Amino acid sequence: MKISEYIDSVNKTRKVLSIFLTAGFPNKEKFVDTALSVLDAGADMLEIGIPFSDPLADGHVIQESSFDALTQGVKMKDVFSYTEAIVKKTDKPIVLMGYANPIMKYGKNNFAIDAVNCGAKGLIVPDVPINEYEDFFNESYNDLEIVLLTTPTSDEKRIKSIDKKSRGFIYCVSITGTTGVKTKFDESVYKNIERTYNTISDNKMLIGFGISKPEDVTRFNDYCDGVIIGSAVINSLRYDDEKYSTTLKLISSISDVC
Amino acid sequence: MATTKEYNYPDTKGKYGEYGGQFVPETLIHSLNELEQAYNEARNDQDFIEELNTLQREYNGRETPLTYAGRLTEHYGKGKIYLKREDLCHTGAHKLNNALGQILLAKRLGKKRIIAETGAGQHGVAAATVCAKFGLKCVVYMGEVDTERQQLNVFRMKMLGAEVVSVTSGSKTLKDATNEAIRDWVANVNDTHYIIGSVVGPHPYPMIVRDFQSIIGIETKAQVLAKANKMPNYIVACVGGGSNAIGIFYPFINEATKLIGVEAAGFGIDSGKHGATLTLGDPGVFHGMKTYLLQDSDGQVLEAHSISAGLDYPGVGPEHSSLKDLKLAKYYSITDDEALEAVKLLSQMEGILPALETAHAVAYLKYLMPETKKSDVVVVNISGRGDKDLNTIIERLGSEFK
Repeated sequence: MKISEYIDSVNKTRKVLSIFLTAGFPNKEKFVDTALSVLDAGADMLEIGIPFSDPLADGHVIQESSFDALTQGVKMKDVFSYTEAIVKKTDKPIVLMGYANPIMKYGKNNFAIDAVNCGAKGLIVPDVPINEYEDFFNESYNDLEIVLLTTPTSDEKRIKSIDKKSRGFIYCVSITGTTGVKTKFDESVYKNIERTYNTISDNKMLIGFGISKPEDVTRFNDYCDGVIIGSAVINSLRYDDEKYSTTLKLISSISDVC
Repeated sequence: MATTKEYNYPDTKGKYGEYGGQFVPETLIHSLNELEQAYNEARNDQDFIEELNTLQREYNGRETPLTYAGRLTEHYGKGKIYLKREDLCHTGAHKLNNALGQILLAKRLGKKRIIAETGAGQHGVAAATVCAKFGLKCVVYMGEVDTERQQLNVFRMKMLGAEVVSVTSGSKTLKDATNEAIRDWVANVNDTHYIIGSVVGPHPYPMIVRDFQSIIGIETKAQVLAKANKMPNYIVACVGGGSNAIGIFYPFINEATKLIGVEAAGFGIDSGKHGATLTLGDPGVFHGMKTYLLQDSDGQVLEAHSISAGLDYPGVGPEHSSLKDLKLAKYYSITDDEALEAVKLLSQMEGILPALETAHAVAYLKYLMPETKKSDVVVVNISGRGDKDLNTIIERLGSEFK
């Protein structure tokens, strides 16, 4: 099933909750189990981040998780093997999120082949905007749904071209900024999300960046098909007990309002 | 040899052959487009050109002299050596050439806040200087390691009214300071202009910084012609990000002049602790551009090492990557020890204390000069003065001068 079809099927009853996890964080050995319990707690989808030394679009929480994963020696082949192990136990889709350089170093074609073979459905590369899309994603990427991002600084014309190109869904970045927990969203954020939601026509739209609690989701629900939560979960995982009980409770409380 | 028609980069997509481009989060695209448009208007606007020229002349102290290095020439006994004196620019290095141009662009764009990254602190000082002059708020990102080895420049920036943010992520040097500056820009893009200090980053930055720095090469061309009645045979410049090198190379790309960029070999290119990106790196994507990069087999960016903070960068400007591949320039590397020797050499032969960055270019003369003919003319870009490096130099050479 394609990601868009999956989102459609979930949307019959609720909004989609996608959770971002940095591959191998917090614990490399337990990562597959962590991911499966996140799905059990109520996540509808997973985004798995490929650790990178210089994650430009990320705030300090995800940066540090990325460094921790690298310190534990998490490699690209681990990302694929985690994905493979997870998809064996679930039908929920997995989207990989990675910066351009590790993908290029791995070999763009090899990456696309291995990503599809391990069962990943989609790919987000935050430092490849549509300007670089044609040069970067060759025909090897036909079987991987490339998810593109809109931001508050994308004008309508650009949102439309992003909508034309994006597959899987549109990742609507809520704020002008990097990833990270936001205590409060300005009115302009809601206005912009509404505008973006009304502009796109080819894709479903998930909102991400800054979202951390059920109240945020309730507030966004009218103008999206789902939400993505990253930093709040990563931050909670870092300080959680061995069973990640607080984190799973957080996910389930957010899932309840989706 | 390329002709003017052949060499015309960047192309409309901001690429230098396969290098360059705009590998940045979507948030920044709008501002990069806005900047490119403003720059394209400004470069054809007589008032802008006039204002910049006046500032370059009356504030920065241009044109800078081309000094004949008589004793150094005699020392090698071969070609004639000339020094392009960017060390005499206001603030002590070539960095102000770019900062002045960019502050005028920021004004044009109506931005109220300036951010900058800095390695050695020279660009941070240049940014803080133009912000003081134009009354704009300035925030400079600097790796924690660099704030320690360049304390004098940290103080200078603060004295000039800038806020200096010490960056503690990653290797705590220029690469991480640049990451933080880009993240700041992503978050504050509406009221903030990012003055990048070198010919790096996403398009249009490598082009804009090159154009503002190419005043060095334009002046050099006229000065060498006047003094030697010919084009120089060789131009030597140090390369970290590569702005002083591009600045002096660019007007000569279509000439027969041999262009030589000198990178940091740190402890030696086999040591794993160096900044020899073009010598030992391979193409990748970093800080918004495709370019040569020091990286491991997993595509993680490596920490560079150099005694000079300004060459301590694992990437390099995309145009240098292109010039290397097209063989329009050649790139070599010089170790920390060789650079220190060159600091002594230039100080004692010519009475000029060069910056540690610049010393790498000077040090390369010992390899180049034996190959030159008496009739050859060699120009070395003296990109900055060494006062800022005295702490490091004293640490390494102090015992010799007690």
